[in-house]
This record gives sequence, structure tokens and C-alpha cells, in this order.
Amino acid sequence: MRKRSPAVPAFSPRRVAAMMLRYWYLLRSSWPRLLDLIYWPTVQMLTWGFLQYYIANNAGFFARAGGTFIGAVLLWDILFRGQLGYSVSFLEEMWSRNIGNLMMSPLRPFEFISALMVMSVVRLSIGAVPVTFLAIAFFGFNLYALGLALVAFFFNLMLTSWAIGIFVSGLILRNGMGAENFAWSIMFLFMPLTCVYYPVTTLPLWLQPVAWALPPTYVFEGMRALLIHKAFRGDLMIDALGLNMAFFAAGLAGFLLLLRSARRHGTLMQTGE
Amino acid sequence: MPATAPPVAIDRLVKIYKTVAAVDGISFTLKPGSITGLLGGNGAGKTTTIATIMGLVTPTSGRVAVLGAEMPRQRYQVLQRMNFESPYVEVPMRLTVRQNLKIFGMLYGVEDLRERIAQLGRELDLTDLLDRPTGRLSAGQKTRVSLAKALINSPEVLLLDEPTASLDPDTADWVRAHLERYCRERHATVLLASHNMAEVERLCERVIIMKRGRIEDDDSPPKLLARYGRRTLEEVFLDVARGGPQSEAAQ
Repeated sequence: MRKRSPAVPAFSPRRVAAMMLRYWYLLRSSWPRLLDLIYWPTVQMLTWGFLQYYIANNAGFFARAGGTFIGAVLLWDILFRGQLGYSVSFLEEMWSRNIGNLMMSPLRPFEFISALMVMSVVRLSIGAVPVTFLAIAFFGFNLYALGLALVAFFFNLMLTSWAIGIFVSGLILRNGMGAENFAWSIMFLFMPLTCVYYPVTTLPLWLQPVAWALPPTYVFEGMRALLIHKAFRGDLMIDALGLNMAFFAAGLAGFLLLLRSARRHGTLMQTGE
Repeated sequence: MPATAPPVAIDRLVKIYKTVAAVDGISFTLKPGSITGLLGGNGAGKTTTIATIMGLVTPTSGRVAVLGAEMPRQRYQVLQRMNFESPYVEVPMRLTVRQNLKIFGMLYGVEDLRERIAQLGRELDLTDLLDRPTGRLSAGQKTRVSLAKALINSPEVLLLDEPTASLDPDTADWVRAHLERYCRERHATVLLASHNMAEVERLCERVIIMKRGRIEDDDSPPKLLARYGRRTLEEVFLDVARGGPQSEAAQ
């Protein structure tokens, strides 16, 4: 019998790299998958971009608030596609009935999560970066002109998308593919509440505290402040970061609890409906 | 972790799903380098037993230890030294055989992975298939890929759940021969769940028969045949499954 060292690293970059390689091979193997990454962001950006173009030519306020719709569309896509990028990579394991292989391998939950987080950025980049250039070409809206504010927006939105993605993947592990719909739809619950296209003051008074409890609300308010009033609201970004830390910790804790529950209930062996 | 710990030690293992006892107080220990068959009808508790040994399922009560590590609490200490094959999981179909083996090799911390993949390709007659998508292979070829995945880390403990199910007799025989050779050369310990009595009779020096989550009998194939007064393990299995007079006499 071959002798091996009992020391097993608690976090192995090689195992994370293995999982990233797995998703990269998967993306590379299918051009429809790649096309899908860029198709919907492009369609959405064009639709809202043309709408804004029309309104801006007919209303004084919107002429001053140049780019808020396109900016909102692009930032919303970071939030939505970030979560979807995480969840779809995870769902690939469920669809291919590979989750048992992974759960019975030395791959640890934090390594799995790290690989999925990195892949969500890769998938988002493939889909969103070309669209930002299309926004420049079609509407003269340069997202990169937001400068360092864009970094703060991006980081905060990604943290929220990961927190939601991590929690949803736990739900699917625990409840099987019956919970798959959450992966596709949960972010749409955030759309009206986080005030993507309108200020928080538009909401009824009783709903506004709910909106302010969600980190993306601060990002979209910050984006409007920057585009309309040319003011970067660092306070909003710090509040968003604080809330995001809580969301991320809750997402991780939820995933680990659901994974433990899945082991107890034997649902890791039955990854179907 | 004790240096002389048995490869697998199960003590009064119970697994209850809601109100159903899938495994109901079983105990057994596997000897190093042995091949043990786990027999039982559908719902006998074989798959739950294997999943519990792999740390995929948490026991309701009792103890499972693999190479001295308590499962599932200490599973990461030993998962690198064990592996499995099961019809309940698949090797990803869209990736090529080589890509799959590379990824699993990295997950299991295999050194000199390129050479290990080439070696498995030679041993399992997969060399010409290494760069083909796994999903485009025949059932027999896919089984050989699953076996290659199960052997990628040269496991000391190998758990096999129906390794030759749905294979033609020739391929099934080929797989059995390879498993026999692997265990002999590597002194690996194998637990084999199967419905194929001829397979168990050929490969296993010990057979554990389960029924409704409990161990009904546990002995070497010749002793089981003698005890039940039967000529084949299939007849013994039917006696146990149907609870016939021979089964009661044996108990």
C-alpha cells in the first residue's frame, strides 16, 4: 500500500483551479453557451438604450439625467448575470449528475464556492464587456468613464450576486432540482425593491426601509447621484459594503447549513427532482 | 489516526430517513487487501451504506471509520486515499475523457498526472478515446471511463456500486479482470455492491447479504453455499430475499 502524508491542505488552489478548468472546458465546448452569455445583455441594453434616447429627446429632466437608464441596465446586468453565472456553473454539476463525484472527492465547500465565484466573473466578463462597448458605439454611453466609482459599484454588486448564488446553490443541494427555479428567478424579486430604474423615494414610505436593507439599492442610488448630480457618494458605498458583508456571511452560513442538512437527509444521492 | 486502522470499520450503523430505517444497526470490518461483496435486493440499504462510508450521508447513529478517520467528520483526511464508482453519478459528458481525468486527478492531488492518465489509458484500453467527448462513447466505454476516474488516485479503499450493470458479458468480464488485477497489485480494499451473483462469486472472498437495512448473513462464498445447501450464490440470495426455510435454518 502506497504511503501518503496525512497532511491534507484545508484550502488547495490546485483543486480550485481544477474546478475552474472544468467550467472553462465546458464553456469552450459549446458555442450556444457562449452566445447565450452575450445575447440577453445586448438585447436588454439596446431596448433600454433606445427608450432612453427617445425620452431624452422629449423631456428636459431625462436630457439632464443622461445615461441613467443605460447605466442602470449595465449595473443590473452585473448583479443579475453575476448571480446567474455562479448558479449556472453550479447547475451544470446537477444537470450532468456530477455533484456526487464532487461531494465525495477531496474538494472542500470553500474551494467549490471560490471556483464558482471566479467563474461567475469570467462568465460575466464574456457577456458584459462587449455590451459596454456596444453602449459606447450606439449611445455614446461610456460606463468606464465612471472611473473608480465603477470599481465600487462592481465590487458591491458582485458580493450581493455571490451571496444570493451561494444560498440558492445550498437550496438546490438540499431540495434537489425542484428548487432550480430559484436560481433563475430570485434576482427578479430584487429588481423592484432595489430601485434599479427609479429613486428610492418613488416607493411607498413603508417599503423604503426594505429597499434600504438591500445592498444593491445603495449602488443604484449612487449611480444616479453620479450621473445626475456628478457626485460620488462614498457613504452609500460604505453602507452597501457593510450590508454585503452581512449578506455574504448569511449566504455562506445558509449554504453550509443546507449542505449539512442534505447529508443528513441523503439528498446528495438524489440530485433529480 | 491509528497506523493499523482497518480500511473500513462500521459499528452499529443506523440511518433513518424520516420514519424508514434504510440501514438498521449493521456492523462489519473490512480487512486490508480484501474484496467484499455487498448483496441485497432493491432497498436493502447497500447504496446508503456505501454513501455513508464515503461521507455523503450522515449516520443517524453508530460509527463509520475509513482508514481510521471518522466519517463524515474527518472525511477530508482520507478522501484523497479512497474513490468510488456508482450508477447514481456520472462523469461529465461534454468534456473529453482526458479533460475529465485531468480535473479529477487535480481534485485528488495526483502527482505526475499526465503519466497517470496515459497509464490508465493503456490499462483500460482508453488511449484512442482520450480526446473524445465522454458523452459520445458507448455504454461499455463510459463504464471504463468511470472506472478510470475511480482509479485515478490509485485508491487504497475502492467502493463500487454495480460496476458492471448494463454491460455486455464480454465488457463486464473485462472490467472484473481489471479490478482483480488492480486489487492484487495495489493491495487495495474493495467493497462491491452488486446484483450480479456470478460477479460476486468470482471476485469476492467474503459476502455480506443485506435485507431491509440489516445484515442477514456474512461469510465466504463456499461457506454460504454449504450453509444454505445451495450450488450458487443466486440460490442463496433468493433464499435470503424470500426468507425461505433454508434461510431460517441458516440463521
